[in-house]
Amino acid sequence: MSRYTRLSGLEPLVITPDLLFVNVGERTNVTGSAQFKKLIKEDRYEEAVDVARQQVASGAQIIDVNMDEGLIDSEAAMTRFLNLIAAEPDIARVPVMVDSSKWTVIEAGLRCLQGKGVVNSISMKEGEDVFLEHARKVQQYGAAVVVMAFDEQGQADTCERKVEICSRAYKVLTEELDFPPEDIIFDPNIFAIATGIEEHNNYAVDFIEATRELKKRFPLSHISGGVSNVSFSFRGNNTVREAIHSVFLYHAIKAGMDMGIVNAGALTIYDDVPEELRERVEDVVLNRRSDATERLLEIADNFKAKKGEAVVENLAWRDKPVQERLAHALVHGIDQFVDGDTEEARQLSSRPLDVIEGPLMAGMNIVGDLFGAGKMFLPQVVKSARVMKKAVAYLLPYIEAEKLRTGDAGKNNGTIVMATVKGDVHDIGKNIVGVVLRCNNFEVIDLGVMVPAQKILDTAREHNADLIGLSGLITPSLEEMSQVAREMQRQEFHIPLLIGGATTSRAHTALKIEPHYKSPTVWVKDASRAVGVAQSLVSKELVDNFMEKIRAEYADIRERHKNRGAAKTLVPLEHARAQRFNGDWANYMPPAPNKPGITVFDNYDLAELRQYIDWTPFFQAWELAGHYPAILKDDVVGKQATELFADAQAMLDKIIHERWLTARAVIGFWPARGVGDDIELLLPSGEKAGVTLHHLRQQAEKPVERPDFCLSDFIAPKDANKQDWLGGFAVTAGIGIEEHVARFEAGHDDYSAILLKALADRLAEAFAERMHERVRREFWGYQPEESLDNEALIDEKYAGVRPAPGYPACPDHTEKATLFELLDATHNAGIQLTDGFAMYPTAAVSGWYFSHPNSQYFVVGRVTREQVDDYAKRKGWTRQEAERWLAPNLDYDPE
Amino acid sequence: MSALPWLHPDRVALLEKALHERILILDGGMGTMLQGHSLDEAAFRGERFVDGHDGNHTHTHDHPGSCDLKGNNDLLTLTKPDIIRGVHEAYLEAGADLVETNTFNSTRISQADYHLDHLAYELNREGARLARAACDTYTAKNPAKPRFVIGVLGPTSRTASLSPDVNDPGFRNVTFQELCDNYSESAGGLIDGGADMIMVETIFDTLNAKAALFALSELFRTRGARLPVMISGTITDRSGRTLSGQTAEAFYYSIKHIRPLSVGLNCALGAADLRPHVQTLSNIAECFVSTHPNAGLPNAFGEYDETPAQMAAVVGGFARDGLLNMVGGCCGTTPAHIKAIAEAVRDCAPRALPSETAQAA
Repeated sequence: MSRYTRLSGLEPLVITPDLLFVNVGERTNVTGSAQFKKLIKEDRYEEAVDVARQQVASGAQIIDVNMDEGLIDSEAAMTRFLNLIAAEPDIARVPVMVDSSKWTVIEAGLRCLQGKGVVNSISMKEGEDVFLEHARKVQQYGAAVVVMAFDEQGQADTCERKVEICSRAYKVLTEELDFPPEDIIFDPNIFAIATGIEEHNNYAVDFIEATRELKKRFPLSHISGGVSNVSFSFRGNNTVREAIHSVFLYHAIKAGMDMGIVNAGALTIYDDVPEELRERVEDVVLNRRSDATERLLEIADNFKAKKGEAVVENLAWRDKPVQERLAHALVHGIDQFVDGDTEEARQLSSRPLDVIEGPLMAGMNIVGDLFGAGKMFLPQVVKSARVMKKAVAYLLPYIEAEKLRTGDAGKNNGTIVMATVKGDVHDIGKNIVGVVLRCNNFEVIDLGVMVPAQKILDTAREHNADLIGLSGLITPSLEEMSQVAREMQRQEFHIPLLIGGATTSRAHTALKIEPHYKSPTVWVKDASRAVGVAQSLVSKELVDNFMEKIRAEYADIRERHKNRGAAKTLVPLEHARAQRFNGDWANYMPPAPNKPGITVFDNYDLAELRQYIDWTPFFQAWELAGHYPAILKDDVVGKQATELFADAQAMLDKIIHERWLTARAVIGFWPARGVGDDIELLLPSGEKAGVTLHHLRQQAEKPVERPDFCLSDFIAPKDANKQDWLGGFAVTAGIGIEEHVARFEAGHDDYSAILLKALADRLAEAFAERMHERVRREFWGYQPEESLDNEALIDEKYAGVRPAPGYPACPDHTEKATLFELLDATHNAGIQLTDGFAMYPTAAVSGWYFSHPNSQYFVVGRVTREQVDDYAKRKGWTRQEAERWLAPNLDYDPE
Repeated sequence: MSALPWLHPDRVALLEKALHERILILDGGMGTMLQGHSLDEAAFRGERFVDGHDGNHTHTHDHPGSCDLKGNNDLLTLTKPDIIRGVHEAYLEAGADLVETNTFNSTRISQADYHLDHLAYELNREGARLARAACDTYTAKNPAKPRFVIGVLGPTSRTASLSPDVNDPGFRNVTFQELCDNYSESAGGLIDGGADMIMVETIFDTLNAKAALFALSELFRTRGARLPVMISGTITDRSGRTLSGQTAEAFYYSIKHIRPLSVGLNCALGAADLRPHVQTLSNIAECFVSTHPNAGLPNAFGEYDETPAQMAAVVGGFARDGLLNMVGGCCGTTPAHIKAIAEAVRDCAPRALPSETAQAA
């Protein structure tokens, strides 16, 4: 390992020569910033933390923290401030430079740093013993150190003294303490120049020359300094000060200065300093003529900033060239000016397509890079895509005209055909992936939802697609996906197949899909991975390595699956049944519903449902991780989450006031009894109306006190001789959504379209929650006094459960058909079932109600062939049919 | 710091020799092994603590009288020493070169939960003695395979760089000084009980570890001699960071000033999930690299179910790719896991130190 200085905050900072110059942020220093001092003195620490954040955001690679002020308890302030910024990952990622002239304050600071920071500073002012004592402590705390050129005689001002003191310090540090040379940073003192005092005129030159010599003698060590000192005599004229800093740094860096305490946000580029000013500043810095100071003073006032200049800065980007304006608009998701800018760019280009392939793609590449680096989040990317789409839509007529003229079609990264598979209607995730791929210059042909395999394959052939992407949310879609894979193999496809969606997994893809298709088959975890995967697959250079890795990974999963054997054996069905849940039926009287039979709700009040929304899954849909409401203040995604939440609230207002959506529901209660693992309903029309609900039982090996559950356990069995009841429900909040989605899509506004769908989903879930609450309190009425807040409802603190067919406690989707029949849900609530038993509108929830106080949610998990056969018999299915519908739950590989 | 002589120069020489020859085997989990004994409250208390407090300890001014001691596994060092020694021997029998003392929670802070904070020194000293005796027995049986005692300093139940109060991110419930004092006392016990090296392990919060390292360097200075220091951090989830937010690389830079014998990762994740982070350390560390992962991720019941063969297959891959110098197990691992791991890595060369590869190149 090369001997570089290796510092750390939450992330490493390795000072390699190619960094050239390390910016140490100076604004969190009470001696250098009046504003920061005021904040600390007035105990406004939150704002003080924001100063640190700005420094890091403006490019500070280390932040200098100094609390040396007579009226401040410096040790306490240092501790408090460092503890506060430790809780801010966007600040704490960089190392801290603990800056004080008092050792006790430095030590207080070091005791707060988990990373490797820098001490600023120690010196031989009080002799070698104290110096070495402090240096040894620095070493024990694990920090690098700034050594000031200061000894018993005082602070070094000439080049000779600077070099002499620093060399002596180096010698004792390395020889007495074995101090690593790379952890030594010299500060040979930057003093103010152009003060009018003749002795000061050469200070900058002395520093620069000392730097040159020290770097030569001690190449592993570093040279730093407080840069703003040098321009101190021009206080009040920031333009001139920044010009002096820029010129000074230009020469000092060339001489070997590789670190500096600077205002990271305000560094001027040497070349950007106006010629006239630069020359006179250079005279002063390099002490080139005796009248240099007067000559700089002569012109200094001309460069004083005018008041009020900063106010218009937020639109300053409008003055930039059109390419930069487009990039800015894309990165910041601003669509306000996009048509005008696109038109301007088009007039400057020889072909309209050049606008897309030039400035627009350049902007989207920046977006892609920022997203890939975790510096942008999904909602921002979708907004960027909206800008892109609008620009492209503007250009499209011109491109078509051009194509007619020349026959030139332009090129992209590749073409992907995407679809939600047959039987499934969920498309939020797929749409997000589509947007992200389009941003990265893929042509996306989105076939929508419920797309049969053949249509996907035909489309892919027709468009000569490079990739096929399948999505799905419900478990039967998994089976459909492996079906598509088989078809692709049979029809001799060779293009890669991408698999995604909430119920898909790497394991399922490896076990059930990839083996059926010989060409690349890859599971895509989420939208943020989609681009990387797609690009790797279409790149001739990358694809082989990429697939080798994926195939090895999947083979490994299959191997592990094959060997999973002994770890978790299932018990025989008989054993599991013997260990059923005990409802204590002798001592328990099931409650009768207040309102038996069917109850229908048309046009339910959305404003009431709004209060029942569980927001956490909403953020998950946008790939923002965290719990609501804490996520709004999250250090990483908080800003995005807050913005998204505000957009969601604004749209909810419109959904409710302008009646975009209609919520409908139907519930019902029927007399029921448990018969083995089935539940029989006793419908009013006859003694035994013949409706039987089928359920599956857990077969996990458990200690005797933990039952192997089946939902039928929660209903009083026949021989208990007690009248029990079962409930059912189907709710939707998505009636009427299509026209609004279409409206947004027509306006190239995927962001709003996805937002609307996600909100409709949330409202449907809220509806299920609210309806269940009313069932417990009114319609069934077994908990009339219940009073839980939304958080408690989300945590399922109520009595009774509402499991949904197709989900873990009752994984067979086909039972939904019985539920829908009982409720006549299509007629009563406007919800349809697809072939795959998905509900349409997608913003819908259905399930069973159980009232037993000890009923609970559970996961059926894996079942044996014995139970599959038993279940098939009860359902009147063949074994193959049962295996198809229960595929995700099988503990064995069917023949 | 490094200028101090070794406290046991001959043992360090043996250890370094062994480390250059082969991958050394760490032991596995203690908790899993103790569960098998189904110890009840009375067993934990033994005679000395029969009334729920320390019968040998007369200062009971702020003691509630009686306190449940079941679950205080470290106390078994005093009340059921044969069982603890038995666990050590089971791992030695399985092929472990390095035995970790039963002192993960033997700090004042952690023992205060049982009102036994005064035992911190004694638990560490006795913990080290038990492991020492077990190792010496096995070394005597086969001097060609010397066994070593790792004195374990756990993370304590507090974090120095995280606030336990969501409303006050600047708040801390422990100071650097308190941690230094805790670690200093515990490490003193480990040294006096005969530990060959000290391992600061299961590091959630690097600042806690830095306090431990500060305390160790002070302790070594006052004693005029040092022990090799091993460091093992914990990547708490798949984000690839410690609980306190550091990447593996940042973590290493934060602790390398102690010039450790080894740096590594343990706990929280199974071996497969740890791999990229062990790889990172292996790429940058100037010292030896260790890992002792859990037996997979906990299942829905909080149990670990990666089998010895599965775990050995994964860490065997680490070893074949030259990432490791020491390997063992953490939560959920048993002598069967350690035996399988030892077999899987037996024929793999240990990772060469960067200084050696540089010389060779």
